[in-house]
Amino acid sequence: MATVSTNEFKNGLKLMFDGEPSNIIENETVKPGKGQAFNRVKIRKLISGKVLEKTIKSGETFEVADVMECDLAYLYADGEFWHFMNNDTFEQIAAEEAAVADAVKWLVEQDVCIITLWNGNPITVTPPNFVELEVTETDPGLKGDTAGTGGKPATLSTGAVVRVPLFIQIGEVIKVDTRTGEYVSRVSK
Amino acid sequence: MSWQPSASIEALRQRAKVLAKIRQFFVQRDVLEVDTPAMSQATVTDVHLHTFDTTFVGPGFANGQKLYLQTSPEFHMKRLLCAGSGAIYQINKSFRNEESGRYHNPEFTMLEWYQPDYDHLALIDEVDQLLQSILETVPCEVMSYQQVFLQYLNVDPLTADIEQLRALALAHDLGDFVATEQDKDTLLQVLFCFVIEPKIGLTRPMAIYHFPASQAALARLEPKDLRVARRFEFYYRGIELANGFHELQDPTEQLARFEADNLQRQQQGLIEQPIDHHLINALSAGLPDCAGVALGVDRLVMLALNKAHINEVLSFDVTRC
Repeated sequence: MATVSTNEFKNGLKLMFDGEPSNIIENETVKPGKGQAFNRVKIRKLISGKVLEKTIKSGETFEVADVMECDLAYLYADGEFWHFMNNDTFEQIAAEEAAVADAVKWLVEQDVCIITLWNGNPITVTPPNFVELEVTETDPGLKGDTAGTGGKPATLSTGAVVRVPLFIQIGEVIKVDTRTGEYVSRVSK
Repeated sequence: MSWQPSASIEALRQRAKVLAKIRQFFVQRDVLEVDTPAMSQATVTDVHLHTFDTTFVGPGFANGQKLYLQTSPEFHMKRLLCAGSGAIYQINKSFRNEESGRYHNPEFTMLEWYQPDYDHLALIDEVDQLLQSILETVPCEVMSYQQVFLQYLNVDPLTADIEQLRALALAHDLGDFVATEQDKDTLLQVLFCFVIEPKIGLTRPMAIYHFPASQAALARLEPKDLRVARRFEFYYRGIELANGFHELQDPTEQLARFEADNLQRQQQGLIEQPIDHHLINALSAGLPDCAGVALGVDRLVMLALNKAHINEVLSFDVTRC
């Protein structure tokens, strides 16, 4: 089991904190002239997503988290698992609901997502920054109204609800930014 | 990798002015400038200091002599005092491994001086005068270690037990290690660093004196209260600037402290350090009653120039040297 000391801390290093793989976001050393040195680190827990600060005695060692990220294409959901495939090796991986979490509303078949694996098991699924989805439900807009004054809610094929301009109609495909959940543009077929 | 200096040439010009002012300050006070070795055959035993070492090979030392880069010129300067130098000061390079960051570079510039017949309070006053002349500060505030803990944490650091300090540190969310920490000084230090230090010396320098006897380092204990030592530190605008002592004169006690450090090193799995017997012998010959202080010059320049990172006042920081 690989361990690192506080001297090897740097942003992006993935370590085990409280039994959970975590990513170091910030690291500062506080060293009095006389006495114990400390590291103040800000970490993001990779499963819960929680961001917190830790004060550590310099020189302590931590277990490195066996965490890797890979690009996998979304295949299908079977009601219990969400299945992804490596397009080069055709190897398939099944992610549980907890790993897919909020990403579920942005999963489009064949889209390549970033899957974070901890000890080989998926812990988070990050959808592409932009996805294209069909509008399945929205109020009909008024004819001629093309100005996006406030917009209206639209339900997409995955169940996601986003605000769209009034001119968007059922059956149209729109581009959405998954990081903000905001409408970007209409996609011409 | 840039070949360019870390500091701007303008910052280096300002730095030179600060150094000239420091020298002028001591010339006016008739304090002798000295220049002691950067390398030494022995070193500090302080559990929290990591030294650099190298090996000298040459005439008389065919099999090699280990030499340590000094972490402060204290031992050499005390030997000069024992030899009758009188008041002395020095601006030199000191070296501490494993220290790098916003306020640290492994090689840094130290100003250290000693005043015979001064005690810690007289030297606090002189440090304050130096700060006033260089940083144009108003007179410093002076508080005891006990007073600041009472004021900012409502706890007496001298009587509190480990359980109390642990609970206090946990209440301030100071890390998981606190829950099992057995060392009272570590708990005091984590509270001081993260709860007290950010609140003191914000508008004018703050001198804290009477550190617990367990953190005496090379200071003598307070004869009127043996729980504390005549050690002080200066803090200003988030920076720990200087550390000083009414110097311990007793060679037996000094040796016992070095040996206690080495015992602690052994218990923590650290290497024991060679004790500087030149210093012990000098103390046996007699150290004049004196107070001494070490001040980080790079940090002083940071404050004078209003710079946020030590690299902005160094010609070449460790990543560029």
